[in-house]
Amino acid sequence: MSDAVSALNGATYNGFVTVTELGLRGMITLRGDLSSAGVKNAAIGVTGVDMPGQRQVHTVKESGLAWMSPDELLVMTPYAEVGDKLAQIDKLLKGKHYLAVNVSDARAMFRIEGAGVREVMAKLCPVDMAPDAFTPGVFRRTRMAQIPAAIWMPSDDAVQIICFRSVADYAFGLLKDAAEPGSEVGLFA
Amino acid sequence: MLILTCPSCGVTGEETEFHAGGEAHIKRFGPGSDDDQFHSYLFAKENPKGVHFERWRHNNGCGKWFHAARDTMTLEVFGTYPAQTLEPPKQIRDKITAKHPGWKWREFS
Ligand SMILES: [Zn+2]
Repeated sequence: MSDAVSALNGATYNGFVTVTELGLRGMITLRGDLSSAGVKNAAIGVTGVDMPGQRQVHTVKESGLAWMSPDELLVMTPYAEVGDKLAQIDKLLKGKHYLAVNVSDARAMFRIEGAGVREVMAKLCPVDMAPDAFTPGVFRRTRMAQIPAAIWMPSDDAVQIICFRSVADYAFGLLKDAAEPGSEVGLFA
Repeated sequence: MLILTCPSCGVTGEETEFHAGGEAHIKRFGPGSDDDQFHSYLFAKENPKGVHFERWRHNNGCGKWFHAARDTMTLEVFGTYPAQTLEPPKQIRDKITAKHPGWKWREFS
């Protein structure tokens, strides 16, 4: 077996928030009828979290479910378990109309942490990051400068970001730049 | 700035999160059509100053296509509606009429 590494191999940066590339994460794209019992049971069954509503995310540690579109979920798992989880989904949905693909190695995940995370994201995304508009539990697919990204807040002082692996270095550069000490705007302070 | 609400995921975002996909409700002419029909399908577009109907895609978002009714001059959006719609919904047409009595766009009014 080859030795799998993530795009930036866990790179970190300490600005007015900390930026961390989270390393290898298991991610499965699951498409199908999200209102069907079969898809719901498979998604909940492999992650152990509740079914997310529109633009919502539920996570426990490295496992979770994120609402991507009316017919698509992102299933998150520990990287080492993604093969088993995919096999489990295929077994649970056998004969049903669905699609499940391991996209772990096509993605990168970042975490930024600190009091200024809302401001860092507000610099990069056309999204209202005000505390009453963007709350933990919200899952938002958007644009981070020139690349597509999905963001959510696991807690009030952290944001996690998923983007394509091929643009991980660009994303890391953006986050570092937006978190550079001295560049605080104080918008949500 | 143009602000659109995607009817598929409910996000209200500014235009850079979306991608314009040209005029809406176009009847397609392909093999078997005559030259005039094919010419009008390919080239004869409304391009109005005012009320317009377009296709948009939420490309930096849920990825779905949808329709939008808007004013090309003021950027006012009268409404967005699903891609699986063959004509502008009455509710949106009424809203346009309230603002622009007597408006006309192709066969719709
Ligand atoms: Zn959308």
